[in-house]
Formats: sequence, structure tokens, C-alpha cells
Amino acid sequence: MTNKTNKPKSFQEIIFRLQRYWSDFGCAIMQPYDIEVGAGTFHPATTLRALGPKPWAVAYVQPSRRPTDGRYGENPNRLQHYYQFQVLIKPSPEDFQSLYLKSLEVIGIDLKLHDIRFVEDDWESPTLGAWGLGWEVWCDGMEVSQFTYFQQMAGYDCKPVSGEITYGLERLAMYVLGVNHVMELPFNDPSSMHHVKYGDIFMQVEAEYSRWNFDVADTKILFQHFEDAEKECKAILATKEIDPKFEKRIVMAHPAYDQCLKASHLFNLLDARGVISVTERQAYIGRVRALAKACADGFLLTDAGGYLE
Amino acid sequence: MKDLLIELFSEEIPSGMQALGSMNFKKLMTEGLVDAGLTYENAAVFFTPTRLVLIVSGLIDMSSSEILERRGPRTDAPENAVLGFLRSTGLKRNDLEVQKVKNGEFFFAKIKKPGRPSGAIVSETLKKTIEGFPWPKSMRWGAGTMKWARPLKNIMGILYDETGANVIDLTIDGLVANNKSVGHRFLAGQSFSVNSFDDLKLKLKKSFVILDQAERRAEIKNSATNGAFALGFDVVEDELLLNEVTGLVEWPTVLIGQIDKEFLELPAEVLQVSMRQHQKFFSLKRKKTNRIEGFITVANIKTKDQGATILRGNQKVLSARLSDAKFFLENDLRVVNSGMLSWIEKLKNVTFHKKLGNQNERVERLRVKSIELSDIVGANKKLVEQAALFAKADLASEMVYEFPELQGVMGSHYAKFCDFPVEVALAIREHYSPLGPTDKCPTEPVSVTVSLADKLDVLISFWKAGERPTGSKDPFALRRAALGVIRLLVENNISLDLVSQMSSLENEKALDLLNFIYDRFRVFLRDDDVTHDIVDACLAANSNNDIFISYLKAKALSKVLNSESGRDLVQGFKRSNNILTKAESDDGVSYELDPDTKFFEVKEEHELWSDLNNLSDEVAKAVAQNNFSVAVEYLAELRKPIDNFFSMVKVNSENSIVRRNRLCLLHRIKTTITKIADLSLIEG
Repeated sequence: MTNKTNKPKSFQEIIFRLQRYWSDFGCAIMQPYDIEVGAGTFHPATTLRALGPKPWAVAYVQPSRRPTDGRYGENPNRLQHYYQFQVLIKPSPEDFQSLYLKSLEVIGIDLKLHDIRFVEDDWESPTLGAWGLGWEVWCDGMEVSQFTYFQQMAGYDCKPVSGEITYGLERLAMYVLGVNHVMELPFNDPSSMHHVKYGDIFMQVEAEYSRWNFDVADTKILFQHFEDAEKECKAILATKEIDPKFEKRIVMAHPAYDQCLKASHLFNLLDARGVISVTERQAYIGRVRALAKACADGFLLTDAGGYLE
Repeated sequence: MKDLLIELFSEEIPSGMQALGSMNFKKLMTEGLVDAGLTYENAAVFFTPTRLVLIVSGLIDMSSSEILERRGPRTDAPENAVLGFLRSTGLKRNDLEVQKVKNGEFFFAKIKKPGRPSGAIVSETLKKTIEGFPWPKSMRWGAGTMKWARPLKNIMGILYDETGANVIDLTIDGLVANNKSVGHRFLAGQSFSVNSFDDLKLKLKKSFVILDQAERRAEIKNSATNGAFALGFDVVEDELLLNEVTGLVEWPTVLIGQIDKEFLELPAEVLQVSMRQHQKFFSLKRKKTNRIEGFITVANIKTKDQGATILRGNQKVLSARLSDAKFFLENDLRVVNSGMLSWIEKLKNVTFHKKLGNQNERVERLRVKSIELSDIVGANKKLVEQAALFAKADLASEMVYEFPELQGVMGSHYAKFCDFPVEVALAIREHYSPLGPTDKCPTEPVSVTVSLADKLDVLISFWKAGERPTGSKDPFALRRAALGVIRLLVENNISLDLVSQMSSLENEKALDLLNFIYDRFRVFLRDDDVTHDIVDACLAANSNNDIFISYLKAKALSKVLNSESGRDLVQGFKRSNNILTKAESDDGVSYELDPDTKFFEVKEEHELWSDLNNLSDEVAKAVAQNNFSVAVEYLAELRKPIDNFFSMVKVNSENSIVRRNRLCLLHRIKTTITKIADLSLIEG
């Protein structure tokens, strides 16, 4: 394991160390999901795998999109696209808090020099029909992680309970690397042959997306895509379990869930465009939740969901 | 006798749940022990973010034994029945007693139920307490079934005296009770064993944990005050925040920082709310400038750099937060510069309540109502209209979206920025007040008008929608709104006919709302030591449904009724009124005419009549000036002539003319007194 006095030199090194650490603990290191999501929790490796009785331990980086948080790359802390590092372990291990604290040491945070606190934070996702209890973890007053024991997912009681840790990578890196503006983060080692800063990669991207999210995205098309995704999700789940080609039972929970994710992201885009009124908002969230619930129902009918034929 | 010590060690429990949790812990444990027959001398409970500690001292070693008596079969019952009884009681035939009761002679068994050792009772009680603990929100973890506010990691439980300590025998969901505790997560070493409460306290302190919440609280408060003083600051008092912070730390370290100069331009409220809400910082006011320029953060650790790193980190977070606030403020000011009207338009998209339409419609109602009330309150109509129109504008601002508790406050700042008149800016800030019984009540006429209009509109709108509060549920704070109406009227001497304000409601709903406000009025006066019957007596004599006048009457009456002459007046009035009411109902007439002095037979009648005439004028004069204490004192003077009258005169005289004349006299007593209050409603 990396010596704790040995500080990481770059954003990517923090990711490497976290991956190494959780890999050593026994997690499968997965890769980002290839559909736009608002947070690492939406990755099927969390949402769906938190369901059912089977043990599970993964960690992965997940690019996350929050269209309303776009600031054209100018705000030191806010981005419409950023990275989360997600850990999900089911059942939650006995020494989960200490495991987490050790991971902070691994990325160069001296626990005797900083003020690490577990501050109440009840997590709830209305779009996923999920909730859990836990904390936001503060390092010297800054929230660096979310720590949650899932109690319900898509309306189902979590038994056993999954423990989830979400690291906000940019914030954490800014803190560890002593950088005041996210765009100044060294993405790779400053001494490398082709050094790039976070801003070299994302400054322009943030400005482009901010403009598109807020002012340009064609809301008519977005509304249509939302309807399509919802329709397809329901259609997939309504398909007979037996595939007539092979006479085999195949419940398509994951393809359906992809459509649910798309609907969720489309809703976020419409929200950023400011075309969803307060009253409609609840209705849209309810529609996405209904899809998530239906996908969960489907997943529980699969082998990974603990279904026994 | 032994002392019982329990520590329930868990992952961090939310600060707001700790005090109530610890009280419940003590209550459930001590009540459980006493119910099982164990008495004790003292009990106390302590908490930190990660532990609940209970000490019960002087717990007796055994519950006392009991003798239970059981009736068996009759003495002449078949042998099998007797043998069965012996088997079930575990006794021999010789042990049985024979007793005669009214339906025969029976065997009786006396079964001794021995006392039980405290250890067994303690572990049963603790198990029950943990399993049924009433956390407001609890959770499961891992693969277990136990529930706690956050994962429970260890149960330390010992019964001890000077000869030693015994661990309680208890296993719950894999946790086995032991005699171990552990100190501060980052500062302390290994876990340690504990043999008494003093031992625990001492070892915890050596391991960087102050167990006693009161001690932690005092430590934070003192260090904060002294530290701030030394740097020329005053701590802005915040008891709730102090309580919260006490529940977030085991080893408090107070660190003082200064707010970056570039943010000092932000409104003080924004600085305070942002620091308190997001960072749990105390605000510091610099004595010299009387401005908020510093902050205190309370860390949970002592570091070798005296907290320099921690402070630097916190400062950075604060700057980021405040630059966000600045960003919102700048965006808002762009709209403010163009006159804020676009916000009022935007309020069309903000729902007020699903049955009550949007905030824009609410603003229009508020504007109309405010103008309507401005004459009654005596406020400038133009200013009132402007204040009402912009009262809710900030609900569409970015700053209030981010910090909802700054509603009104930001609107007021923005109004000043627009160079609106000071009265308007003040009214925008104050129109939400008073927020409860102790909050400051507006006194400036423009503020009073808009505030009153806002509260009346809320009440009337909710009643119209059929959304009155039921039981203890009052999600829209309508009780508070009603109390606000009362305080605004009473504290600003405003006479207002409430019913005329409710003309848009159906009769039944208007009456219900009126009674709802009257209920609050009774509570309001009860807090002022005026009993409900006095309030009812004044409300009954209140033809205009006027809260302010009823208040004056009730206060004046309450003072007089506390004296002997006041109580006698009530008795005299009741007597007079009873006779009159009965006669009027028997005779089917109302004795409204003035009595004729020529039919008076005794001087007491003349005296009463002339006193009534004289006093009526005086009372009317005093009432016209709203001087009810004087009016009530005049009424009290009637006590003597009324008493004299009744002691000398029989109202129901055989002579029907004399009788009618006397009843007319009684009627006059009634009309004179009920100008102030219907004393028949006074109890006792």
C-alpha cells in the first residue's frame, strides 16, 4: 500500500490509488457506465445490484452529469460534468467507516492533521424510489464523500443492506493537491511529457455544454425522446420472458433500465432548460420512478437478482 | 447494592437525535428496572456523537421475593384433580392449605416466587430497550436485523461495587456485552477495559473524549467567547447551533478565522445563514465596525499545527460558498436593476399550494387586501400598494432559492437597492412577522398593513380550499398566522371587524375561521393570565368581532374580577339576569322599557336607578374612548346598589305593575353591563 506521506501528484493518480485500494480489499473494479447519469448511484452495478440477496462488492469511476450545475467552466467548484468514485459493498462490512478512513490516508490525507467528520445526511432519491441513512463526510468543513447505508431501493427493502461510498473526485483532488480552481487541477503528473490540466480537457467542454444545456437544447426533441424512452422501457419489460428463438427465459432488466436512465437524464436536461414547471416536475419524477420500479421488478426476476427457477 | 454502567457505542448519531435519545434511554431502562422490582438511588445519562452512557447507582442486588396464592380443587374433589394441582404447583400435599370460602372448602397453594438477581433483570431490560428503541428514524446494516439510529458497534455493560465489576450477560444480533470502551477515533489508542463510571470518565478524558455534554458545551462556549474577545470580536449568540455543535464533537477545539475582505459586502444575513447552515460556523462581529467579519469553527481534534491546516481548509470552503452567494447576488442584482417586475411575472411558475394557485395570483390578492386595509391601519395607500406588490418578489430570486430562510430579507435589500422608500423596504422584510408568540411584531403602519393582509389572505384562502388544520397537524402554520393577526391588531391598537374581512367565504366557513381565530385568542390571553371565561364573556358582548376591543375589555375585566367587589358584581349580575331571563321566557316578553320611578316602592330602587343612569353615561363615555379599565371600574360601582336592591326588594311582587317595573330595572342592569361583557359566562 502507498505510504501515506507520499502525496499523489495528479487527479488521475488519486483515481489509481482508490482503485488499487478497493481492489486490494476485494472489490471488482468496474468501468464507467456508457449512458449519461446524474450520479454513480445510477450505474446498474449499484442500483440494480443493491437489490436481492446476493453479495456484491464493486468500485468504479462514474462520469456524472448535472446540467443545472453548469457554470461555463468559470466557477471554481461547479461543473455540469464531473467524476464520482463509487464503492458499493453488500452486505455493508462491519468496519466500513475505518475502511473508508484508510482510503483517505491512501490518497494523502493525514487523519491526525485534518478534521474528519461524519455529518448527518439522509439520502433520498425520488427518481429511484430509494433512501438510506448515513453521512456526508467532511474534511476540514468540506464535503468530500457521501456515505450511505441503503435501506430501500426502487421501493424494495434492502436485505442485506448495501453500504455505499461516493467520493466527489474533483473536490477531493482540489483539496489533496492544494488547488483553488477545478480547472487548475493537474490531470496527470506535472512532470510528465505531456502535462495537461483539468481545464485543458474540460474548460471548453463545460462552456459548450453550459450553453447547450441552458439555451440551445431543442426542448421539443427532448420531450419526444423522453416519451420514446419511457415507451421503450415499458415495452421491453412487457415482452414475454421466454425468448422464442431459443425457448430460453431471458428477462431484459438491463436494456429496460438503460431506457429509464435515458428518461432520467432527459428530464434533467429539460429541467435545466427551465421548461418544466414546479407542478409538472413532480409528475415527471414520478414517471421516472415508475420506470425504475418496473426495472427493479424485472431485475428481481433474473439470476443476478436472486431469482430461482 | 451495585452501580450499573452501560455504554452503547455506535457510528455517529445525528446531533439532533442525541439528547432525546439519551432521555429515552434513561427512561426506558429505569422504568424497566423498577417494573421488574429493582429500585435504585440515582440515574444519569450522557452522550457524545458515538455513545450513549447510562449510570444507575445504588441498584439493589435482588428484586424482592413474592408469594403468590393459587386456589386448587375443592377438598372433596376426586383424587386425580388434587394430584394434578400438586403437579402443576410443584408442591407436596402437606404444603397445601385448606381454606373455607363462600362456595365451599378448597385447597390453596402458596407459591413463593423468589427474588431475581439484578444481573438477569438488567440484561433483559437492556435487551428490550435496545430492541424497541424509539429513534425518530432508525436503520439496518450489514446482514443483521437489529435497528439503531446508526450501526451499533459495541455494548459495554457492567454491574460493579468496590469489590469488582461483572459484565452483563447479553448478546444481541451478534454483539456480546463486554467491559470495553474506546476513546477518540483519531487521537486515542486501543480500547480499554472499564470497572466503574469514574474509571470510564477518566479514561475517556485521557483518550480525548469529554463524555459530559454539558461540560463540552461550556468548553465550546467559553473558548469561543474568550478567543473572540481577545481578537476584538463578539460571538453572535446562537444557542441552537451551540447545542448542535456539542453533538458533533467529542474533543472540541475552537478555531477562529476571518472572512475574506471581498465578501464583506454581502448582506450580514447572507454571511450568517451561509456560515451557519452549510458550515456550522458561529458568526463573529467585530466590535469596532459592528459588522460580521469573522467566524468560529469547532473542530473535533487537536493537531500538532494547532489546527492551522483545518482552519485553512474551512476558510477555503467558506470562500467557495460565499463566492457562490456572490454569484447569486450579482445575478439577482441584474434583475433588480430592471425593477424586479420580471420576478413577479416569474411567480406565475411558482406554486403556492395546489388548490390555491400560484404565487403571482397570491400577490394580486395581497395587493387588493392591503389597499383595503390601509385606511383601517392608517397607512399610506401608495406605499402599501408598492410593498404588497413586491413583498413576494424575492421568492423568484436566486438567493432565496438557495437560502429560503432569507425570504423577505433579500427582498428588502433589493428594494433598497432600487431606491424604494424605506417604509416599503421595511415592510417587505417585516411582512412575514410575527413568526410566533415571541417574534417581534411590526409597528410601522405599512408593514402592519401588508403583514395583516398576508395573514388574512392565507387564512381565508386555506379555509376557502377546505384546508383547515386538523388535530396537531398544521403544515402551513395557520395557527401561527391566526396568532399573527391577533398580535398585529392588539399590539397596534387596530379595531377591525373580522367578519367583514371574510365576506368571500361561505357563512359556515367564515364562522369556523372566526372560531379558529377566537381559539388562538383564548390561548394568547391565557398566556397573559386571563382565563377563558373572561375572554368568552367579552367576545359574547362583542358585536363587531373586534379582537383589539375584546382584548382591552378582557384585560380590564380580568383585573377587576380578581377583586372581591368584582366577584360580587358577577354574583349580583347573575342573580339579576337569572330572574330576568326566567321572567322574560315565562311571560314571552322583553322588558326593554325604562322603569317608571313612580312605581318604585323603596329607596333602594331609586338609588339603583339613579346609579344606573349616572353610570351608563360614564361607561358610554369611557367606552367611546376605548378606556375599558375606567368603564369596568364604573361597573364595579354598581355592585353595592345591586346588592342593596336585592337585600330589600322582592322582584316578583304580587302587584304586577311593580313587578314589571322591577324587571325593567333588571333589564337596564343587563344592557349596561353587557356593553362590556356578558358576565353570565364567568365561571364560579
